Amino acid sequence: MLEIKNLHVKLEEEDKQILKGVNLTVEPGKVHAIMGPNGSGKSTLSYVLSGKEGYEVTEGSASLGGEELLDMEAEERAAAGLFLAFQYPVEIPGVGNMTFLRTAVNAQRKARGEDEMSAGEFLKVIRAKAKTLKIDADMLKRPVNVGFSGGEKKRNEILQMAMLEPKMCILDETDSGLDVDAMKLVSEGVNALRDEGRGFLVITHYQRLLDHIKPDVVHIMADGRIIKTGGPELALEVENNGYADILAEVA
Amino acid sequence: MAAPKKMLQIKQDTTQARLSSMTLPDGATWAQDARKAALARVEIMGLPHGRDEYWKFTKPDTLVQAAAPKAATFDGGEAPLWDHIDRLKIVFVDGVFDADASDDLSLEGVTIERLSDVMQKDIHWAKEQYGVLEQRGQEVVERPLAALNTAFATDGIVVHATGKVSKPINIMYLHKSDSSDVMLHHCIKLDEGADLTLLETGPAAARLNKSMEVEIADHAGFHHVRVQGRDHERRAVTGIFTRLGTESTFKSFTLTMNGVLTRNECVIELTGDDAKATVAGACVGDGADFHHDDTVFITHDAVNCESRQVFKKVLRNGATGVFQGKILVKADAQKTDGYQISQSLLLDGDSQFLAKPELEIYADDVICSHGSTTGAIDEEALFYLRSRGVPEAEATDLLVLAFLAEALEEIEDEALAEAMLDRLEGWLARRAS
Repeated sequence: MLEIKNLHVKLEEEDKQILKGVNLTVEPGKVHAIMGPNGSGKSTLSYVLSGKEGYEVTEGSASLGGEELLDMEAEERAAAGLFLAFQYPVEIPGVGNMTFLRTAVNAQRKARGEDEMSAGEFLKVIRAKAKTLKIDADMLKRPVNVGFSGGEKKRNEILQMAMLEPKMCILDETDSGLDVDAMKLVSEGVNALRDEGRGFLVITHYQRLLDHIKPDVVHIMADGRIIKTGGPELALEVENNGYADILAEVA
Repeated sequence: MAAPKKMLQIKQDTTQARLSSMTLPDGATWAQDARKAALARVEIMGLPHGRDEYWKFTKPDTLVQAAAPKAATFDGGEAPLWDHIDRLKIVFVDGVFDADASDDLSLEGVTIERLSDVMQKDIHWAKEQYGVLEQRGQEVVERPLAALNTAFATDGIVVHATGKVSKPINIMYLHKSDSSDVMLHHCIKLDEGADLTLLETGPAAARLNKSMEVEIADHAGFHHVRVQGRDHERRAVTGIFTRLGTESTFKSFTLTMNGVLTRNECVIELTGDDAKATVAGACVGDGADFHHDDTVFITHDAVNCESRQVFKKVLRNGATGVFQGKILVKADAQKTDGYQISQSLLLDGDSQFLAKPELEIYADDVICSHGSTTGAIDEEALFYLRSRGVPEAEATDLLVLAFLAEALEEIEDEALAEAMLDRLEGWLARRAS
């Protein structure tokens, strides 16, 4: 599904290397988690994969289902099936949430040569999906993320994911700013999307999200590299002992 | 009007050059008096020059010079805007009333006459208004082109609303001659409690000088929405002069697409307590020969009045936008609530927005705020949309429309606003790369 090979990335504006050779393969149907201390390059990895400007890939590659991702525009990556749930979802005044989602769904369909979804069909689908995420009609009508609480923003991300049905989902610190109940709701939304054809990359600081979204593989990232890979027990080790032991072990 | 001062020689020369070929139209005595007085105002002020305080950002030359530059006519191939809305249509072709193309002018709650007829009548209420509000507007800032209009305009409509007018009046301006040089003057009077919606559509002429004087009595409401056509080469200077009575409302919205030169002035006087005035506009301009100027002056001269100015401009490929907006709060205008925002979205580095917001406040118990911003497309928002699969061009259009939508929200009637949004979408779509 997602295959990252020896990925080196630096910031365009300053000569600062952020990723220093990331290797990672996420298989269909699997949930991989990336944990790591602040500044280890986790969010940069998610941005580079989704096509944000401001980064320069100096070496390596990343592909999705065999297609080279790094040559594509952000919108082409989305149409190819990549989805990033933002750590800080962007507020867009003046663009209705519903309009935004319908435009996105149909743009992706168009890009893949599929028929666009009719207004009626779209409404039916979004209402059902919104309901399970406890997103009410008002939230759908309001401008994208404007005036949403932290929890509402994250639920809105998951709703977008549910509507767009991507092949590969990257969740960038989706647990940040969530209380226990909100985290449960968001996790249920994610778990409902788990299936054999879909891969997940869950980026988080804390083990607690992984109590709700159970990972198959856990990676520890530090200083722009994945330094250790293991099963769910690795997350527990971090929770109990912090990163110090693992960092020392690798060094 | 300011005390006579020594006028620049070049101003004297251009003024004389313009006036020398013009003669005052005939009319009833009162009309002649009003025209002569206006002509005297022009001669004292002189026509605008680039060194005048409020003409620094907009070159007045082509509006002032004797011969109007030609402007090709343009057919966008679209049905008239608001065709789906029941309205009374009044058609002007290159500034001349076209009775055949217009609807019957009788409508409940309102009397509509043609200015050229009214100016011949010995007795008419317009005597109290024609040129009067324009002249009051001169007291705060000189507007010589409006005085020129009062002196020489021959056509226009004279509207007297006595009650709630059952449907909107739509003045439709057609531009069919590439050399039409037109002055139009409308006089509109709303009696106590009257309510009128005036729509204006179309470019009117190669060069247009249009004035509209609106007297709004107590508890009356005037709603004005206009779209200035899509002609690329036309030039226009327009002026709205209005005075509001107690608890009355004035709302005006203008959408401008294209046009090499547009200067829309609006002079508002709040003279009755608890009155509310809103003037708003959206404009989209593409290319270095696009120049659009909104110049507003609002005087608060009564207690507890509210005024709002909301202007949004989207500029690309070297287009220029100008905003000059002033709120004057007189000493007795306590509890004034004045709001002003002017914003531009520059789609490239070649376009520019020039803003001059001004507040002058003599009362001590007021709320006045103003803001002016210039910015590019929000990169974070653009990436967010693209990351969901919306192509860059489409995402940009979405953000442009969202930016303009905030100004269109000032229009009360959603059906009117939606039709305008459709036209804006069309404008953007035609420029899709």
